[in-house]
Amino acid sequence: MNTDTSFVTRSHEENWLPILELAVEEVFEIMLGSRVKPVAQSEHTPNEEFTAMIGLAGSLCGILTVCCDAKTAGQVAKSMLGDTAKSEEEIADALGEICNMIAGNFKNKLAGTDERCMLSVPSVISGGEYSLHSLADGSSIETILLFEGAPVVVRLQLKH
Amino acid sequence: MDKIRALIVDDSSVMRKIVERSLRQAGIELEKVVEASNGAEALAALQSNVVDLILCDINMPVMDGLEFVRQVATVESAKGVPIVMITTEGSESHVVQALSAGARGYIRKPFTPDQVKEHVLPVLGKKP
Repeated sequence: MNTDTSFVTRSHEENWLPILELAVEEVFEIMLGSRVKPVAQSEHTPNEEFTAMIGLAGSLCGILTVCCDAKTAGQVAKSMLGDTAKSEEEIADALGEICNMIAGNFKNKLAGTDERCMLSVPSVISGGEYSLHSLADGSSIETILLFEGAPVVVRLQLKH
Repeated sequence: MDKIRALIVDDSSVMRKIVERSLRQAGIELEKVVEASNGAEALAALQSNVVDLILCDINMPVMDGLEFVRQVATVESAKGVPIVMITTEGSESHVVQALSAGARGYIRKPFTPDQVKEHVLPVLGKKP
């Protein structure tokens, strides 16, 4: 595999969107017991009150984020832990782990990328009044899915 | 099956709870569960706890799971205790590194309770 090719070019040439969607669907089905499918972006604009993010470095460089509203983040934690999930700390932890597993599952599916791509530990922002300025500003791949009827945005921003 | 004492090492408390629940769902009775959020905490925990099974993530702050597995060999009370990795890292090189360092099993996240059963029971000398 030609590692000199930019990630943005590779993402187009290799059509990474279906791979990202599959990675998301598998994580939601296995860890949350929920079958989710991508929906049209124009019809669903989520309130991004919780944003989990994880950095990728090495043979794939960028940042993967998972955004949803507070109620949906709570539902994610509840699906993972049952009714015991209550605190904001647990909700953030749960969403961060979902982000971590999506990133890992995605890179595991990319031929030739997995072994030379490292993941950071996840971080989670709560509250929607922020701007994210990432060095991974090349291009982004985005999918929106409905979980418990509410939109969840999974976005992979790639560095040129 | 006799009750076992397990050490669960993951920087996510949510994942530690899910791993514990998966062990119970696999039919493994737990006498005691010790938790640690990174390899260094886990090594410290092994100084005061004897365990029968260790489940360990790889990507963690302070000390990662691979380094922890290497250092467990120096802890007298933990020698021979089976270690199963549970991690998002799915590459063959990570599997090889983990098994070479002393891990006995490897589970990729996301995982089902059945996968936990399939990989953990054999290292405890039981049929899955």
